[in-house]
Amino acid sequence: MRAARQVGRSLPRLEARAKVTGRAEYIHNLQLPGMLYGKLVRSPIAHGTIRRIDAEAARAMAGVHAVITSAEVRQIIPSPYYGPAFHDQPILAIDKVRHIGEPVAAVLAADAAIAEAAAQLVTVEYDELPGIFDEVEAATSPVLVHEALKPAGTFADLKHLGGKRGTNVALEFRLRRGDVERAFAAAGQVFEHSFRSQPVMHTPLEPMVALAEATEASVTIHTASQSPSFVRIEIARLLGWPENRVRVRTAYLGGGFGAKLYIKLEALVTALALLARRPVKVSLTMEEQFYTITRHACTVRIKSAVDRDGRITARRCEVWWNGGAYADIGPRVTQKSGFTAAGPYDIENVAIDSVALYTNRPPAGALRGFGIPQLVWAYESHTDLIARALALDPVEFRRRNILREGRPQATGTVMRDAAIAAVLERLAQKLEWGRPFERGTGPVKRGRGIALGFKASISPTASVALVTIAADGSCAVQCGTVDMGQGSDTAMAQIAAEVLNLPAESVRIVHPDTDVTPYDMATLGSRSTFHMGNAVKRAAEDARDKLAALAAELGLPPGANVEIAELFRRRYGMQAGTIIGTASFLPSYAPPDLATGLTDNATPFWMVGATGVELEVDSETGRVRLLRLVTVADVGTPLNPRIVETQLSGAAIMQLGFTLLESMEFDRDGQLKNPSFADYKIPGLGDLPARIESETVAASQHSGPFGAKGVGESGTFGVSPAIANAIHDAVGVRLTSLPLTPEAIYRAIRAAAGDSLAEE
Amino acid sequence: MSAAPRTIRFTLNGRTVAAEVAPQESLVTMLRDRFALYGARESCGQGLCGCCTVLVDGRAVSSCLALAALVDGRAVTTIEHLDADGTLDPVQQAFIEAGAFQCGFCTPGFVLMTRQLLEQHPDPGDDDIRHYLAGNLCRCGAYPEIVQAVKLAAAKRRGAAG
Ligand code: FES
Ligand code: FES
Repeated sequence: MRAARQVGRSLPRLEARAKVTGRAEYIHNLQLPGMLYGKLVRSPIAHGTIRRIDAEAARAMAGVHAVITSAEVRQIIPSPYYGPAFHDQPILAIDKVRHIGEPVAAVLAADAAIAEAAAQLVTVEYDELPGIFDEVEAATSPVLVHEALKPAGTFADLKHLGGKRGTNVALEFRLRRGDVERAFAAAGQVFEHSFRSQPVMHTPLEPMVALAEATEASVTIHTASQSPSFVRIEIARLLGWPENRVRVRTAYLGGGFGAKLYIKLEALVTALALLARRPVKVSLTMEEQFYTITRHACTVRIKSAVDRDGRITARRCEVWWNGGAYADIGPRVTQKSGFTAAGPYDIENVAIDSVALYTNRPPAGALRGFGIPQLVWAYESHTDLIARALALDPVEFRRRNILREGRPQATGTVMRDAAIAAVLERLAQKLEWGRPFERGTGPVKRGRGIALGFKASISPTASVALVTIAADGSCAVQCGTVDMGQGSDTAMAQIAAEVLNLPAESVRIVHPDTDVTPYDMATLGSRSTFHMGNAVKRAAEDARDKLAALAAELGLPPGANVEIAELFRRRYGMQAGTIIGTASFLPSYAPPDLATGLTDNATPFWMVGATGVELEVDSETGRVRLLRLVTVADVGTPLNPRIVETQLSGAAIMQLGFTLLESMEFDRDGQLKNPSFADYKIPGLGDLPARIESETVAASQHSGPFGAKGVGESGTFGVSPAIANAIHDAVGVRLTSLPLTPEAIYRAIRAAAGDSLAEE
Repeated sequence: MSAAPRTIRFTLNGRTVAAEVAPQESLVTMLRDRFALYGARESCGQGLCGCCTVLVDGRAVSSCLALAALVDGRAVTTIEHLDADGTLDPVQQAFIEAGAFQCGFCTPGFVLMTRQLLEQHPDPGDDDIRHYLAGNLCRCGAYPEIVQAVKLAAAKRRGAAG
């Protein structure tokens, strides 16, 4: 009998009950017999050489098991540098510190309070060096963060990395399409603007945590990681061991958002556990997370030529990414996001220079959107300014320039299954854009704005899945996708259930454990639904085919309605046996030409997201009140509409924080002034717009599992520029730096009125 | 470390228990280390997020700031107690039906605060909800669904009462 369709069902998350009862498993909860806690001694300066570490007092403290510095780490790992793009980050600082909060030593004790108290007793003497903090200055500064650069060569798409000797440049990505200079010379009008994005932090509410236990022969790492396979590869490399001696497992993650990607605490806990010969757990505090990974601060200079018909004929984008002291995955952000810097527009002549820079800030990496929100912030603010200057309606101006199906994007890759036009039109419709808009009275002015962004999925990346059928007919999926709240367990169960004709609730998802779950590149960049979804679908089909083969072997006619359990019984004479379906998925890809950045196959799929905002600005205080936040996205065909909607609104709310509230504030010496929720405010219920609406357009990703593709980031794309555009619409001032604080808005209003308060 | 631990007695999820606690030990640490209760969890550690919420004598408390020693003689209830009889509390049921979480790390805190909210406002409006739950943070941004869940739970409780 055919079960009801499993994909397209708004099934509650499989683990819903465990989450509302507080019983869901997180690595945060894990404690092992004999375990030690590791507490870190961190650098109080941004750049300097280490003259001396004095740990005598800490070592002498009762209850302290050990104090570990890089000297001890190097006894077991001679070259203790890690990272996905460059092997540039030491497990504990060696000779030099490069950012505030860099780990210099670790104190181990069975009692966490003792480890923490002892860490205060470690004194480190430094010779301070001048620091470099600004990404644009870093491009030409004589202050070098790294004397030598060490490309990693782990990922296929980053094989070409070299860095630039004697500079702070980790990666320069160039794209050249057509002839930008000639188009600018011939243009009717040329517009140029600069935009800045501030550093922000993911602040997952489950702070980063990892626990390692080691024997002579193997190491097991329990970690709140989004990338268990990568952790295994990297730990094996560091130890010089084969992969099969390293086991990495995860549980549910209490949020990730890119913070828990690649390798964070795992190399550290591994080294500590091997040295201590005891299990070691390191749990960061909320404050420590701010020193560990951030989102790239970014400066974008963007220039466009527009002809008499309001068509953009050329665009030049220069993007400087502030990568902080260690490259992490910044080079991928620089390239993969860089090639979309000109926006979802059909522009004949495009030049893009996207540069990843080392600075003495905490490292920057992936954060929900992989750099796209910073770029959309620039190109959609710019687009709005051009429309205003040309006295064209912002929707109409976009309509004239939009990148349509079948047209080549800046790289030359032809757009397929990217419903950019449909998303724009649906957004305009939802906002009733054609109707007159109520502007408010008195000091409170009303405005509205839109913005539209897109993103290419990272490529090439692989996913492998197993679907096993037990002898009673029950089904388990073994896959390396990490459920950090996005609902991937539920989506994968729905996919397997659809193929195997089972209720999705009955499918068990085995959480990532590299001893039992096969390779997966990572849970990032909204790739899992598409990549792992395809792998799970094919693995389930493989299992289904094997069941059919078993039935045939037993002499049953095709389509015979025999229970799966009965097949096993007939084959084995009892409840015994297992069917294992397996598949791997690796989409095709053509790397960009190094000189031109062009390729005809940049990505397996495109994500499209647009945001519309209606708001009020109090022109006497600069305060903004959001009335309405509308997200429209192309997610292909949603597997679970309810979870998709929550993903879209959740992403929009997070980006709302990065737009109006959040900013890591550094002083001139690179000290972080606000690493706490007391001073770094993330959105709460009180910060929400009165109305939040999220919608998907009817679409299908033909290469995706049941027409689906990624969802997790699309809601972020347009939020910042839509709000800035709406503020401009309300009070006639343009902000070009994030966040859009009441103070900044108020200053801009006063400056526009010719008031001196505007001077900072 | 220096000051001596002391023994406290209190009621934990309906049962009388005793524990030896260090003077500066927080309530959330004690619940985790000595009673293997993980539903209240430390996140910000500063009383600013609500992830560590428990009830002390029926009132919601941030257990990251509360000292364990202070619950001596009192009654502590954690999220784990809500389904002690095997059925979910209507608030928990409403959170599932409304899909009011993603990663779930904040959820126990929201559930406990919502129960307290509904005791004071059986039929809360949007403003009551936003105001009352303003001290609980959800980084996944499941707020629209949380608001729906609170209203759904209110309706369930009224239905059950009426
Ligand atoms: S952990 Fe206690 S309020 Fe945040
Ligand atoms: S569901 Fe993740 S923090 Fe609320």
